[in-house]
Amino acid sequence: MMNLTNLSIKECHEGLKNKKFSSKELTSAYLEKIKKSDLNSFLSVREDLAIFQAEKSDEKIARGEQISLLEGISCAIKDAILVEGEKCTAASKILENYIAPYDATVIKKLKEQGAVILGKTNTDEFTMGASTENSAFGVVKNPHDKTRVAGGSSGGSAAAVAADEACYSLGSDTGGSIRQPASFCGVVGLCPTYGAVSRYGLIAHASSFDQIGPFAKNVEDIEVVFNAIKGKDPLDATSVESEISNFKFQISNLRIGVPKEYFAKGLEPKVEKIIREAIKKAEEAGAKIVEISLPSTQYALACYYILVPSEASANLARFDGIKYGLSSPAENLLDVYLKSRGQGLGAEPKRRIMIGTYCLSSGYYDAYYKKAQEARNLIRQDFSNAFEKCDLIFCPVSPFPAFKIGEKTDDPLSMYLADIYTVAVKLAGLPGLSLPAGKIGNLPVGLQIIGNHFQENKILSIALEMENMLQ
Amino acid sequence: MITKEEVLKIAKLARLELTEAEITKMQKDLSAILDYFNLLKKAGRLPMSIQLDRHRKSNQLRKDEAISQKREVVEKIIAASPDKKDDYIKVKAVL
Repeated sequence: MMNLTNLSIKECHEGLKNKKFSSKELTSAYLEKIKKSDLNSFLSVREDLAIFQAEKSDEKIARGEQISLLEGISCAIKDAILVEGEKCTAASKILENYIAPYDATVIKKLKEQGAVILGKTNTDEFTMGASTENSAFGVVKNPHDKTRVAGGSSGGSAAAVAADEACYSLGSDTGGSIRQPASFCGVVGLCPTYGAVSRYGLIAHASSFDQIGPFAKNVEDIEVVFNAIKGKDPLDATSVESEISNFKFQISNLRIGVPKEYFAKGLEPKVEKIIREAIKKAEEAGAKIVEISLPSTQYALACYYILVPSEASANLARFDGIKYGLSSPAENLLDVYLKSRGQGLGAEPKRRIMIGTYCLSSGYYDAYYKKAQEARNLIRQDFSNAFEKCDLIFCPVSPFPAFKIGEKTDDPLSMYLADIYTVAVKLAGLPGLSLPAGKIGNLPVGLQIIGNHFQENKILSIALEMENMLQ
Repeated sequence: MITKEEVLKIAKLARLELTEAEITKMQKDLSAILDYFNLLKKAGRLPMSIQLDRHRKSNQLRKDEAISQKREVVEKIIAASPDKKDDYIKVKAVL
Protein backbone atom coordinates (compact mmCIF):
# COMPACT_ATOMS: atom_id res chain seq x y z
CA MET A 1 0.00 0.00 0.00
CA MET A 2 1.31 3.45 -0.86
CA ASN A 3 2.07 5.96 1.89
CA LEU A 4 -1.03 8.16 1.95
CA THR A 5 -0.08 10.62 4.66
CA ASN A 6 2.74 12.34 2.79
CA LEU A 7 0.59 13.31 -0.20
CA SER A 8 -0.21 16.92 -1.01
CA ILE A 9 -3.79 18.22 -1.32
CA LYS A 10 -3.63 17.99 -5.11
CA GLU A 11 -2.29 14.42 -4.94
CA CYS A 12 -4.98 13.40 -2.43
CA HIS A 13 -7.62 14.97 -4.65
CA GLU A 14 -6.44 13.09 -7.74
CA GLY A 15 -6.25 9.83 -5.80
CA LEU A 16 -9.78 10.25 -4.44
CA LYS A 17 -11.22 11.28 -7.79
CA ASN A 18 -9.60 8.35 -9.60
CA LYS A 19 -10.61 5.97 -6.78
CA LYS A 20 -7.01 4.94 -6.03
CA PHE A 21 -7.95 5.15 -2.36
CA SER A 22 -11.00 6.23 -0.38
CA SER A 23 -11.35 9.15 1.96
CA LYS A 24 -11.92 6.65 4.76
CA GLU A 25 -8.58 4.99 4.03
CA LEU A 26 -6.87 8.34 3.82
CA THR A 27 -8.46 9.59 7.05
CA SER A 28 -7.67 6.33 8.88
CA ALA A 29 -4.02 6.61 7.83
CA TYR A 30 -3.75 10.06 9.47
CA LEU A 31 -5.61 8.89 12.58
CA GLU A 32 -3.18 5.98 12.86
CA LYS A 33 -0.23 8.40 12.63
CA ILE A 34 -1.71 10.64 15.30
CA LYS A 35 -2.26 7.66 17.61
CA LYS A 36 1.40 6.63 17.34
CA SER A 37 2.73 10.17 17.67
CA ASP A 38 4.47 11.49 20.80
CA LEU A 39 4.74 15.09 19.56
CA ASN A 40 1.71 16.37 21.52
CA SER A 41 0.58 18.28 18.45
CA PHE A 42 -3.11 17.52 19.04
CA LEU A 43 -5.16 18.48 22.10
CA SER A 44 -8.23 16.57 20.95
CA VAL A 45 -8.97 14.13 18.13
CA ARG A 46 -12.48 13.23 16.95
CA GLU A 47 -12.05 9.94 15.19
CA ASP A 48 -15.81 9.25 14.86
CA LEU A 49 -16.60 12.62 13.30
CA ALA A 50 -13.63 12.45 10.94
CA ILE A 51 -14.64 8.99 9.72
CA PHE A 52 -18.28 10.10 9.42
CA GLN A 53 -17.29 12.98 7.11
CA ALA A 54 -14.89 10.72 5.18
CA GLU A 55 -17.70 8.24 4.50
CA LYS A 56 -19.94 11.09 3.32
CA SER A 57 -17.22 12.16 0.89
CA ASP A 58 -16.75 8.60 -0.31
CA GLU A 59 -20.49 8.33 -1.05
CA LYS A 60 -20.32 11.54 -3.05
CA ILE A 61 -17.39 10.20 -5.06
CA ALA A 62 -19.15 6.84 -5.57
CA ARG A 63 -22.18 8.70 -6.95
CA GLY A 64 -19.88 10.42 -9.42
CA GLU A 65 -20.56 13.91 -8.09
CA GLN A 66 -18.21 16.81 -8.74
CA ILE A 67 -15.99 17.27 -5.69
CA SER A 68 -14.10 20.32 -4.47
CA LEU A 69 -10.31 20.25 -4.08
CA LEU A 70 -10.68 19.82 -0.33
CA GLU A 71 -13.43 17.18 -0.31
CA GLY A 72 -12.54 14.16 1.82
CA ILE A 73 -9.08 15.49 2.72
CA SER A 74 -7.95 15.65 6.35
CA CYS A 75 -6.99 18.81 8.16
CA ALA A 76 -6.14 19.91 11.69
CA ILE A 77 -7.43 23.08 13.34
CA LYS A 78 -5.67 25.22 15.93
CA ASP A 79 -7.51 24.96 19.22
CA ALA A 80 -8.23 28.70 19.23
CA ILE A 81 -10.69 28.36 16.32
CA LEU A 82 -14.24 27.25 17.14
CA VAL A 83 -15.59 24.01 15.69
CA GLU A 84 -19.22 23.56 16.68
CA GLY A 85 -19.82 20.95 19.35
CA GLU A 86 -16.08 20.47 19.96
CA LYS A 87 -13.98 21.57 22.88
CA CYS A 88 -12.10 24.81 22.28
CA THR A 89 -9.57 25.40 25.03
CA ALA A 90 -7.09 27.90 23.57
CA ALA A 91 -4.72 25.62 25.55
CA SER A 92 -5.91 27.28 28.76
CA LYS A 93 -7.20 25.76 31.99
CA ILE A 94 -9.83 28.48 32.08
CA LEU A 95 -11.45 26.99 28.94
CA GLU A 96 -10.59 23.35 29.64
CA ASN A 97 -14.22 22.21 29.34
CA TYR A 98 -15.59 24.86 26.98
CA ILE A 99 -17.63 23.50 24.08
CA ALA A 100 -17.85 25.74 21.01
CA PRO A 101 -21.50 26.75 20.38
CA TYR A 102 -20.96 27.54 16.69
CA ASP A 103 -18.51 27.19 13.80
CA ALA A 104 -15.94 29.85 12.99
CA THR A 105 -16.48 31.24 9.48
CA VAL A 106 -13.32 29.51 8.22
CA ILE A 107 -14.65 26.19 9.56
CA LYS A 108 -18.04 26.75 7.96
CA LYS A 109 -16.25 27.34 4.66
CA LEU A 110 -14.07 24.23 4.99
CA LYS A 111 -17.07 22.08 5.93
CA GLU A 112 -18.96 23.34 2.88
CA GLN A 113 -16.05 22.03 0.82
CA GLY A 114 -16.29 18.61 2.48
CA ALA A 115 -13.09 18.91 4.51
CA VAL A 116 -12.40 16.19 7.10
CA ILE A 117 -11.50 17.72 10.46
CA LEU A 118 -9.26 15.36 12.44
CA GLY A 119 -9.01 17.38 15.62
CA LYS A 120 -7.73 20.46 17.40
CA THR A 121 -4.06 21.32 17.66
CA ASN A 122 -1.93 22.52 20.54
CA THR A 123 -0.90 26.16 20.89
CA ASP A 124 0.56 28.54 23.42
CA GLU A 125 -2.16 29.54 25.87
CA PHE A 126 -4.43 32.08 24.16
CA THR A 127 -1.88 31.98 21.29
CA MET A 128 0.60 33.92 23.44
CA GLY A 129 4.08 32.65 22.80
CA ALA A 130 6.68 31.52 20.32
CA SER A 131 7.26 27.89 21.38
CA THR A 132 3.96 26.30 22.64
CA GLU A 133 5.74 25.99 25.99
CA ASN A 134 2.98 28.23 27.33
CA SER A 135 0.31 25.62 26.59
CA ALA A 136 -1.44 24.48 29.77
CA PHE A 137 -1.41 20.98 28.24
CA GLY A 138 2.27 20.48 27.52
CA VAL A 139 4.80 21.53 24.89
CA VAL A 140 4.74 20.41 21.22
CA LYS A 141 7.93 18.64 20.20
CA ASN A 142 9.64 19.46 16.93
CA PRO A 143 9.30 16.51 14.51
CA HIS A 144 12.88 17.10 13.29
CA ASP A 145 14.41 17.03 16.79
CA LYS A 146 12.22 16.09 19.72
CA THR A 147 14.41 17.93 22.23
CA ARG A 148 13.46 21.19 20.52
CA VAL A 149 10.32 23.31 20.27
CA ALA A 150 8.06 23.31 17.22
CA GLY A 151 7.72 27.09 17.47
CA GLY A 152 4.57 28.95 18.33
CA SER A 153 2.02 29.82 18.91
CA SER A 154 0.55 27.53 16.19
CA GLY A 155 3.17 24.86 16.99
CA GLY A 156 0.67 21.99 16.94
CA SER A 157 -0.66 22.94 13.50
CA ALA A 158 2.87 23.21 12.07
CA ALA A 159 4.16 19.99 13.67
CA ALA A 160 1.04 18.05 12.58
CA VAL A 161 1.65 18.91 8.91
CA ALA A 162 5.42 18.35 9.17
CA ALA A 163 4.90 14.91 10.76
CA ASP A 164 2.20 13.86 8.24
CA GLU A 165 -0.47 13.86 10.95
CA ALA A 166 -2.67 16.03 8.72
CA CYS A 167 -2.59 17.04 5.07
CA TYR A 168 -2.93 20.72 5.95
CA SER A 169 -3.92 22.79 8.95
CA LEU A 170 -5.14 26.18 10.09
CA GLY A 171 -3.33 28.40 12.54
CA SER A 172 -3.49 32.02 13.56
CA ASP A 173 -0.81 34.71 13.46
CA THR A 174 -0.72 37.73 15.79
CA GLY A 175 3.04 38.39 15.73
CA GLY A 176 4.54 35.44 13.89
CA SER A 177 2.47 32.51 15.12
CA ILE A 178 2.10 30.97 11.65
CA ARG A 179 5.37 31.92 9.97
CA GLN A 180 7.74 31.07 12.84
CA PRO A 181 6.46 27.52 13.57
CA ALA A 182 6.30 26.91 9.79
CA SER A 183 9.97 27.90 9.63
CA PHE A 184 10.92 25.73 12.65
CA CYS A 185 9.03 22.68 11.32
CA GLY A 186 9.95 22.98 7.63
CA VAL A 187 6.47 23.49 6.18
CA VAL A 188 4.89 26.37 4.26
CA GLY A 189 2.83 28.85 6.31
CA LEU A 190 0.93 31.91 5.15
CA CYS A 191 -0.16 34.81 7.31
CA PRO A 192 -2.64 36.67 5.07
CA THR A 193 -3.20 40.42 4.94
CA TYR A 194 -5.12 41.81 7.90
CA GLY A 195 -8.75 41.54 6.82
CA ALA A 196 -8.27 38.96 4.07
CA VAL A 197 -9.73 36.11 6.15
CA SER A 198 -12.62 36.37 8.61
CA ARG A 199 -11.71 35.96 12.28
CA TYR A 200 -15.28 35.23 13.35
CA GLY A 201 -14.95 32.31 15.76
CA LEU A 202 -11.24 32.81 16.47
CA ILE A 203 -10.62 33.36 20.18
CA ALA A 204 -9.37 36.95 20.21
CA HIS A 205 -5.82 37.73 21.27
CA ALA A 206 -5.05 41.19 19.83
CA SER A 207 -7.80 42.28 17.49
CA SER A 208 -5.86 44.75 15.35
CA PHE A 209 -3.33 41.99 14.57
CA ASP A 210 -5.00 38.56 14.62
CA GLN A 211 -5.31 36.72 11.33
CA ILE A 212 -6.10 33.09 10.41
CA GLY A 213 -3.97 31.33 7.82
CA PRO A 214 -2.97 27.89 6.46
CA PHE A 215 -0.04 25.49 6.89
CA ALA A 216 0.68 22.96 4.15
CA LYS A 217 3.42 20.85 2.62
CA ASN A 218 3.80 23.04 -0.44
CA VAL A 219 2.89 26.42 -1.90
CA GLU A 220 0.25 25.08 -4.27
CA ASP A 221 -1.68 23.60 -1.32
CA ILE A 222 -1.43 26.87 0.61
CA GLU A 223 -3.09 28.61 -2.32
CA VAL A 224 -5.94 26.07 -2.38
CA VAL A 225 -6.69 26.50 1.33
CA PHE A 226 -6.27 30.28 1.25
CA ASN A 227 -8.74 30.55 -1.64
CA ALA A 228 -11.20 28.41 0.33
CA ILE A 229 -11.14 30.56 3.48
CA LYS A 230 -10.61 34.15 2.27
CA GLY A 231 -13.22 36.84 1.69
CA LYS A 232 -15.46 39.36 3.40
CA ASP A 233 -17.68 38.12 6.19
CA PRO A 234 -20.55 40.20 7.59
CA LEU A 235 -19.70 38.67 10.98
CA ASP A 236 -16.20 40.21 11.03
CA ALA A 237 -16.35 43.97 10.42
CA THR A 238 -12.60 44.11 9.75
CA SER A 239 -12.77 41.61 6.90
CA VAL A 240 -12.73 43.07 3.40
CA GLU A 241 -13.60 41.77 -0.03
CA SER A 242 -10.21 40.81 -1.33
CA GLU A 243 -8.84 42.70 -4.25
CA ILE A 244 -6.48 39.79 -4.75
CA SER A 245 -5.89 39.29 -8.47
CA ASN A 246 -5.33 36.05 -10.31
CA PHE A 247 -2.50 37.52 -12.36
CA LYS A 248 0.54 35.24 -12.48
CA PHE A 249 3.74 36.99 -11.62
CA GLN A 250 7.22 35.98 -12.70
CA ILE A 251 10.27 36.42 -10.57
CA SER A 252 12.31 37.65 -13.55
CA ASN A 253 10.09 40.74 -13.77
CA LEU A 254 10.24 41.62 -10.10
CA ARG A 255 12.35 43.65 -7.74
CA ILE A 256 13.14 41.84 -4.49
CA GLY A 257 13.86 44.11 -1.53
CA VAL A 258 16.35 42.99 1.11
CA PRO A 259 16.04 45.06 4.31
CA LYS A 260 19.51 45.80 5.64
CA GLU A 261 18.20 46.08 9.23
CA TYR A 262 17.13 42.41 9.10
CA PHE A 263 20.66 41.18 8.48
CA ALA A 264 22.24 42.92 11.44
CA LYS A 265 23.50 41.72 14.84
CA GLY A 266 21.65 38.78 16.35
CA LEU A 267 21.07 36.86 13.13
CA GLU A 268 22.74 33.44 13.34
CA PRO A 269 25.39 33.20 10.57
CA LYS A 270 24.14 29.81 9.37
CA VAL A 271 20.59 31.19 8.99
CA GLU A 272 21.96 34.22 7.17
CA LYS A 273 23.87 31.97 4.76
CA ILE A 274 20.72 30.03 3.84
CA ILE A 275 18.68 33.20 3.30
CA ARG A 276 21.47 34.87 1.27
CA GLU A 277 21.70 31.77 -0.92
CA ALA A 278 17.95 31.87 -1.55
CA ILE A 279 18.20 35.54 -2.52
CA LYS A 280 21.08 34.66 -4.86
CA LYS A 281 18.89 32.04 -6.55
CA ALA A 282 16.19 34.66 -7.08
CA GLU A 283 18.81 36.92 -8.64
CA GLU A 284 20.04 34.14 -10.93
CA ALA A 285 16.43 33.64 -12.03
CA GLY A 286 16.36 37.25 -13.17
CA ALA A 287 14.99 39.13 -10.18
CA LYS A 288 16.45 42.53 -9.47
CA ILE A 289 17.77 42.57 -5.91
CA VAL A 290 17.55 45.94 -4.20
CA GLU A 291 18.76 46.83 -0.75
CA ILE A 292 16.03 48.59 1.18
CA SER A 293 15.90 50.22 4.57
CA LEU A 294 13.22 49.87 7.24
CA PRO A 295 14.69 52.43 9.64
CA SER A 296 12.06 52.04 12.38
CA THR A 297 12.74 48.31 12.76
CA GLN A 298 14.46 49.02 16.09
CA TYR A 299 11.08 50.09 17.55
CA ALA A 300 9.01 47.18 16.27
CA LEU A 301 9.31 44.82 19.24
CA ALA A 302 8.71 47.45 21.91
CA CYS A 303 5.78 48.78 19.91
CA TYR A 304 4.34 45.30 19.43
CA TYR A 305 4.74 44.25 23.06
CA ILE A 306 2.88 47.35 24.22
CA LEU A 307 0.00 47.22 21.75
CA VAL A 308 -0.64 43.48 21.76
CA PRO A 309 -0.81 43.06 25.56
CA SER A 310 -2.95 46.20 25.74
CA GLU A 311 -5.47 44.69 23.35
CA ALA A 312 -5.15 41.29 25.01
CA SER A 313 -5.85 42.74 28.45
CA ALA A 314 -9.18 44.02 27.10
CA ASN A 315 -10.00 40.86 25.12
CA LEU A 316 -9.26 38.53 28.02
CA ALA A 317 -11.54 40.49 30.35
CA ARG A 318 -14.35 38.26 29.06
CA PHE A 319 -12.90 35.31 30.98
CA ASP A 320 -14.48 36.32 34.25
CA GLY A 321 -15.84 33.08 35.72
CA ILE A 322 -19.38 34.17 34.85
CA LYS A 323 -20.04 33.73 31.14
CA TYR A 324 -18.04 30.59 30.41
CA GLY A 325 -15.15 28.47 31.49
CA LEU A 326 -13.74 27.90 34.93
CA SER A 327 -15.53 29.56 37.83
CA SER A 328 -13.96 29.47 41.28
CA PRO A 329 -16.33 29.48 44.25
CA ALA A 330 -16.19 32.78 46.13
CA GLU A 331 -18.15 34.97 48.53
CA ASN A 332 -18.74 37.99 46.32
CA LEU A 333 -18.56 39.06 42.69
CA LEU A 334 -15.09 40.64 42.85
CA ASP A 335 -13.67 37.46 44.36
CA VAL A 336 -15.27 35.36 41.59
CA TYR A 337 -13.33 37.45 39.07
CA LEU A 338 -10.08 37.45 41.02
CA LYS A 339 -10.04 33.76 41.86
CA SER A 340 -11.38 32.40 38.55
CA ARG A 341 -8.79 34.38 36.61
CA GLY A 342 -6.04 33.82 39.18
CA GLN A 343 -6.54 30.05 39.04
CA GLY A 344 -7.58 29.62 35.41
CA LEU A 345 -5.02 31.71 33.54
CA GLY A 346 -1.39 30.66 33.10
CA ALA A 347 1.77 32.69 33.62
CA GLU A 348 2.05 34.22 30.14
CA PRO A 349 -1.55 35.47 29.78
CA LYS A 350 -1.25 36.90 33.31
CA ARG A 351 2.01 38.64 32.43
CA ARG A 352 0.50 40.12 29.27
CA ILE A 353 -2.69 41.22 31.01
CA MET A 354 -0.49 42.95 33.60
CA ILE A 355 1.66 44.67 30.93
CA GLY A 356 -1.43 45.74 29.00
CA THR A 357 -3.23 47.02 32.07
CA TYR A 358 -0.11 48.95 33.08
CA CYS A 359 0.31 50.53 29.64
CA LEU A 360 -3.35 51.55 29.47
CA SER A 361 -3.61 52.85 33.02
CA SER A 362 -4.08 56.50 33.80
CA GLY A 363 -0.77 58.34 33.87
CA TYR A 364 1.05 55.80 31.68
CA TYR A 365 -1.23 55.78 28.64
CA ASP A 366 0.59 58.58 26.77
CA ALA A 367 4.07 57.26 27.51
CA TYR A 368 3.29 53.70 26.40
CA TYR A 369 0.11 53.05 24.44
CA LYS A 370 -0.08 56.35 22.56
CA LYS A 371 3.64 56.37 21.90
CA ALA A 372 3.43 52.82 20.54
CA GLN A 373 0.56 53.77 18.23
CA GLU A 374 2.73 56.56 16.83
CA ALA A 375 5.62 54.15 16.36
CA ARG A 376 3.25 51.76 14.58
CA ASN A 377 2.62 54.48 12.01
CA LEU A 378 6.37 54.91 11.49
CA ILE A 379 6.70 51.20 10.79
CA ARG A 380 3.77 51.27 8.35
CA GLN A 381 5.39 54.19 6.61
CA ASP A 382 8.69 52.27 6.35
CA PHE A 383 6.98 49.46 4.46
CA SER A 384 4.99 51.87 2.34
CA ASN A 385 8.24 53.55 1.28
CA ALA A 386 9.94 50.20 0.73
CA PHE A 387 7.22 48.97 -1.61
CA GLU A 388 7.90 51.91 -3.90
CA LYS A 389 11.37 50.49 -4.47
CA CYS A 390 10.53 46.78 -4.57
CA ASP A 391 7.70 44.35 -5.27
CA LEU A 392 8.37 41.80 -2.54
CA ILE A 393 10.66 41.60 0.47
CA PHE A 394 12.87 38.58 1.24
CA CYS A 395 14.25 38.12 4.76
CA PRO A 396 14.59 35.51 7.52
CA VAL A 397 11.56 34.40 9.55
CA SER A 398 13.54 33.86 12.72
CA PRO A 399 17.11 34.76 13.71
CA PHE A 400 17.75 31.11 14.66
CA PRO A 401 16.33 27.63 14.00
CA ALA A 402 14.19 25.77 16.57
CA PHE A 403 15.64 26.19 20.06
CA LYS A 404 15.81 23.66 22.90
CA ILE A 405 12.73 23.04 25.02
CA GLY A 406 13.18 25.06 28.21
CA GLU A 407 15.97 27.23 26.81
CA LYS A 408 14.04 30.50 27.03
CA THR A 409 11.20 29.81 29.46
CA ASP A 410 12.73 31.66 32.42
CA ASP A 411 13.31 34.88 30.55
CA PRO A 412 10.15 36.24 28.88
CA LEU A 413 12.01 39.16 27.29
CA SER A 414 14.43 36.85 25.45
CA MET A 415 11.40 34.88 24.19
CA TYR A 416 9.84 38.13 22.93
CA LEU A 417 13.06 39.05 21.11
CA ALA A 418 12.71 35.86 19.03
CA ASP A 419 9.86 37.61 17.16
CA ILE A 420 12.12 40.30 15.71
CA TYR A 421 11.51 39.55 12.00
CA THR A 422 7.81 38.71 12.21
CA VAL A 423 6.14 41.44 14.28
CA ALA A 424 6.80 44.46 12.05
CA VAL A 425 4.84 42.81 9.23
CA LYS A 426 1.86 42.55 11.59
CA LEU A 427 2.19 46.12 12.82
CA ALA A 428 1.75 47.11 9.16
CA GLY A 429 -1.03 44.54 8.52
CA LEU A 430 0.93 42.94 5.67
CA PRO A 431 0.87 39.37 4.36
CA GLY A 432 3.92 37.15 4.86
CA LEU A 433 4.81 33.59 3.98
CA SER A 434 7.43 31.20 5.34
CA LEU A 435 8.99 28.93 2.74
CA PRO A 436 11.45 26.14 3.66
CA ALA A 437 14.80 27.36 2.30
CA GLY A 438 17.36 24.98 3.77
CA LYS A 439 18.49 23.18 6.90
CA ILE A 440 21.12 23.50 9.59
CA GLY A 441 21.76 19.85 10.41
CA ASN A 442 18.23 18.51 10.92
CA LEU A 443 16.71 21.88 11.61
CA PRO A 444 14.72 23.65 8.89
CA VAL A 445 15.11 27.35 8.15
CA GLY A 446 12.37 29.40 6.51
CA LEU A 447 12.64 32.26 4.04
CA GLN A 448 10.09 34.99 4.70
CA ILE A 449 8.41 36.53 1.66
CA ILE A 450 6.53 39.72 2.47
CA GLY A 451 4.18 41.49 0.08
CA ASN A 452 2.15 44.67 0.07
CA HIS A 453 -1.46 44.59 1.30
CA PHE A 454 -3.60 41.99 -0.51
CA GLN A 455 -0.70 40.81 -2.67
CA GLU A 456 -0.99 37.20 -1.57
CA ASN A 457 -1.17 36.23 -5.21
CA LYS A 458 2.21 37.81 -5.92
CA ILE A 459 3.73 36.15 -2.85
CA LEU A 460 2.33 32.75 -3.84
CA SER A 461 3.46 33.00 -7.49
CA ILE A 462 7.00 33.82 -6.45
CA ALA A 463 7.03 31.31 -3.58
CA LEU A 464 6.10 28.62 -6.10
CA GLU A 465 9.05 29.56 -8.32
CA MET A 466 11.38 29.73 -5.33
CA GLU A 467 10.13 26.36 -4.07
CA ASN A 468 11.19 24.73 -7.33
CA MET A 469 14.59 26.42 -7.22
CA LEU A 470 15.27 25.52 -3.60
CA GLN A 471 14.47 21.83 -3.97
CA MET B 1 12.22 48.15 39.76
CA ILE B 2 8.43 47.97 39.99
CA THR B 3 7.36 47.81 43.63
CA LYS B 4 5.20 45.12 45.15
CA GLU B 5 2.50 47.74 45.76
CA GLU B 6 2.46 48.68 42.06
CA VAL B 7 2.11 45.04 41.06
CA LEU B 8 -0.78 44.60 43.49
CA LYS B 9 -2.49 47.73 42.22
CA ILE B 10 -2.27 46.65 38.58
CA ALA B 11 -3.34 43.11 39.47
CA LYS B 12 -6.43 44.45 41.17
CA LEU B 13 -7.29 46.63 38.15
CA ALA B 14 -6.79 43.56 35.94
CA ARG B 15 -8.90 41.38 38.26
CA LEU B 16 -6.12 38.86 38.82
CA GLU B 17 -5.35 37.12 42.08
CA LEU B 18 -1.61 36.49 42.30
CA THR B 19 0.34 34.27 44.69
CA GLU B 20 3.35 35.64 46.58
CA ALA B 21 5.68 33.80 44.18
CA GLU B 22 3.83 35.25 41.18
CA ILE B 23 4.09 38.76 42.61
CA THR B 24 7.87 38.47 43.02
CA LYS B 25 8.30 37.05 39.50
CA MET B 26 5.97 39.72 38.09
CA GLN B 27 8.07 42.50 39.70
CA LYS B 28 11.17 41.15 38.01
CA ASP B 29 9.60 40.42 34.59
CA LEU B 30 7.58 43.63 34.34
CA SER B 31 10.58 45.75 35.31
CA ALA B 32 12.75 44.20 32.58
CA ILE B 33 10.00 44.52 29.98
CA LEU B 34 9.05 48.10 30.85
CA ASP B 35 12.75 49.07 30.80
CA TYR B 36 12.95 47.67 27.29
CA PHE B 37 9.98 49.86 26.25
CA ASN B 38 12.07 52.98 27.03
CA LEU B 39 13.58 52.45 23.62
CA LEU B 40 10.48 54.08 22.16
CA LYS B 41 11.37 57.43 23.71
CA LYS B 42 13.74 57.99 20.79
CA ALA B 43 11.03 57.37 18.18
CA GLY B 44 9.62 60.35 16.33
CA ARG B 45 6.16 60.64 14.84
CA LEU B 46 4.60 61.12 11.44
CA PRO B 47 2.70 64.23 10.44
CA MET B 48 -1.03 63.64 10.94
CA SER B 49 -1.73 64.28 7.26
CA ILE B 50 -0.21 61.04 5.98
CA GLN B 51 -2.90 58.57 4.93
CA LEU B 52 -1.47 55.14 5.65
CA ASP B 53 -4.14 52.61 5.01
CA ARG B 54 -5.90 53.02 1.71
CA HIS B 55 -8.02 49.94 2.39
CA ARG B 56 -9.72 51.45 5.42
CA LYS B 57 -10.87 54.93 4.57
CA SER B 58 -13.64 54.91 7.13
CA ASN B 59 -14.56 53.02 10.25
CA GLN B 60 -17.05 50.26 9.69
CA LEU B 61 -19.31 50.33 12.67
CA ARG B 62 -22.02 47.85 13.31
CA LYS B 63 -25.48 49.20 14.04
CA ASP B 64 -26.30 49.16 17.72
CA GLU B 65 -29.05 46.61 17.50
CA ALA B 66 -29.77 43.15 18.83
CA ILE B 67 -29.52 40.44 16.20
CA SER B 68 -31.67 37.47 17.11
CA GLN B 69 -30.01 34.08 17.14
CA LYS B 70 -31.36 30.62 16.60
CA ARG B 71 -32.83 29.18 19.81
CA GLU B 72 -30.33 26.35 19.54
CA VAL B 73 -27.34 28.70 19.66
CA VAL B 74 -28.85 30.67 22.54
CA GLU B 75 -29.28 27.48 24.52
CA LYS B 76 -25.71 26.43 23.88
CA ILE B 77 -24.37 29.81 24.96
CA ILE B 78 -26.37 29.79 28.19
CA ALA B 79 -25.39 26.17 28.80
CA ALA B 80 -21.74 27.24 28.70
CA SER B 81 -22.11 29.51 31.73
CA PRO B 82 -21.12 28.01 35.07
CA ASP B 83 -24.23 29.24 36.94
CA LYS B 84 -27.66 29.79 35.36
CA LYS B 85 -31.37 29.83 35.97
CA ASP B 86 -33.83 29.29 33.11
CA ASP B 87 -32.67 31.58 30.29
CA TYR B 88 -30.53 33.74 32.57
CA ILE B 89 -26.88 33.66 33.56
CA LYS B 90 -26.59 34.02 37.35
CA VAL B 91 -24.25 36.64 38.79
CA LYS B 92 -23.43 37.31 42.42
CA ALA B 93 -24.99 40.46 43.90
CA VAL B 94 -23.38 43.52 42.30
CA LEU B 95 -24.41 46.02 44.98
